[in-house]
Amino acid sequence: MIYFDNTATSWPKPPGVVEAMVHFMNEVGANPGRSGHRLSVEAGRTVYDAREVMAELFNAPDPLRVVFCLNATEALNLALQGLLRPGDHVITSSMEHNSVMRPLRALERRGVEVTVVRCLTEGFLDPVDIEAAIKRSTKMIVLNHASNVVGTILPIAEAGEIAHRHGLLLLVDAAQTAGAYPIDVEADKIDLLAFTGHKSLYGPMGTGGLYIGERVNLKEFEPLKRGGTGSRSELEKQPDFLPDMCESGTPNAVGLAGLAAGVRWVLERGVEAIRAHEVELAQRLIDGLRDIPGVTVYGGLDATRQTATVSFNIAGMEPSEVGLRLDEEYGILCRVGLHCAPAAHKTIGTFPIGTVRFGLGVFNTLEEVDAAVAAVGQLAQEVW
Amino acid sequence: MTSNKYAVILVYSTSHALRAEKVLLEAGIPCKLIPVPRHLSSDCGVCVRIERADQEPALQALEAARVVMERVHEI
Repeated sequence: MIYFDNTATSWPKPPGVVEAMVHFMNEVGANPGRSGHRLSVEAGRTVYDAREVMAELFNAPDPLRVVFCLNATEALNLALQGLLRPGDHVITSSMEHNSVMRPLRALERRGVEVTVVRCLTEGFLDPVDIEAAIKRSTKMIVLNHASNVVGTILPIAEAGEIAHRHGLLLLVDAAQTAGAYPIDVEADKIDLLAFTGHKSLYGPMGTGGLYIGERVNLKEFEPLKRGGTGSRSELEKQPDFLPDMCESGTPNAVGLAGLAAGVRWVLERGVEAIRAHEVELAQRLIDGLRDIPGVTVYGGLDATRQTATVSFNIAGMEPSEVGLRLDEEYGILCRVGLHCAPAAHKTIGTFPIGTVRFGLGVFNTLEEVDAAVAAVGQLAQEVW
Repeated sequence: MTSNKYAVILVYSTSHALRAEKVLLEAGIPCKLIPVPRHLSSDCGVCVRIERADQEPALQALEAARVVMERVHEI
């Protein structure tokens, strides 16, 4: 079996992730930050350690400004719904996932003005177009760091520069890049960074979070949920400090134990080393697929400018059929269709049919890439 | 149970207490997280107990690391 669906969820996980979760369940198990006894404190320490490794990975100065959520979708909803008000203007790109588009469209109905800046057919975005869209009511720029359809990297640092120059906030959806591509919230001037644990951070599903930088005015920030935090229990009012104001209810501490182990593994291996391996795999895949008659590969076709997510189609064969046959006949697991990103598919010209997407991960090998290229070649030969 | 050799640093949340613990241990100052004594606060969380003699260097270390503290009590 060849697992090429790492863009959706990475699998397998590195050694230590499952063990950390089993350890938590067997040896710690108590409610973090609620009770004050030794197991509760230990559980709290587990969650705090996860905050610290996230802060280290993103070069965030204060681990207490990392708030945990279920996934990047929840983190993006927290940031967008928490900060945008009727009358505000927000700028985004035409390569966004529905985790950004749907909350924005809902906010639009409540009076938030949304500008979608058109990207190139390859998926790239010219920062000049972002700046040109700024108006007096603009409050925020929200961009994915890399497309979940074609992997193209968007100019985050340039957007951060523009945002700061105009007094705007930059929210980055790092679902596709956290752990796989260097991110520095200070150098890139990222005010809000949404991440998920189950992709390139190699943690379990149900983990993710939002880094909230110091330029974000907490007095204007509305949390998605309110409830028990283990702090300020004498008050019926939600706490106004991080991380508690955004973390009501008992957290997924067992998941965060796994996430911290995954991120530690990433830090030990090094994001640059992981990136180099994935660039090698992705370029080999792009070049191999492009050589097959009848196959169209989407995106920039340059692995150094994208993540290890590669979308393609075989002319004359539906993506769904390609996916099914790759699974059943070749044991290659991938994802086909629109990938929850209709805007991105419209941008690259594959809406509404979609594409076949190979999402490579750190545990994939060149041999697997070659086997997959050969399999696609055989399928294409039937129609070409 | 409590002698008069300790001080407790009250912070806003368990996350802050854990951050404080880390900073203090890195500075070589012994500390322990304990439930907030009821007579100090109705809060259900933990606070950081230190030796009273360490109070000054402890507060300096925490301030240098920008750990937000609520208040300090001798117990």
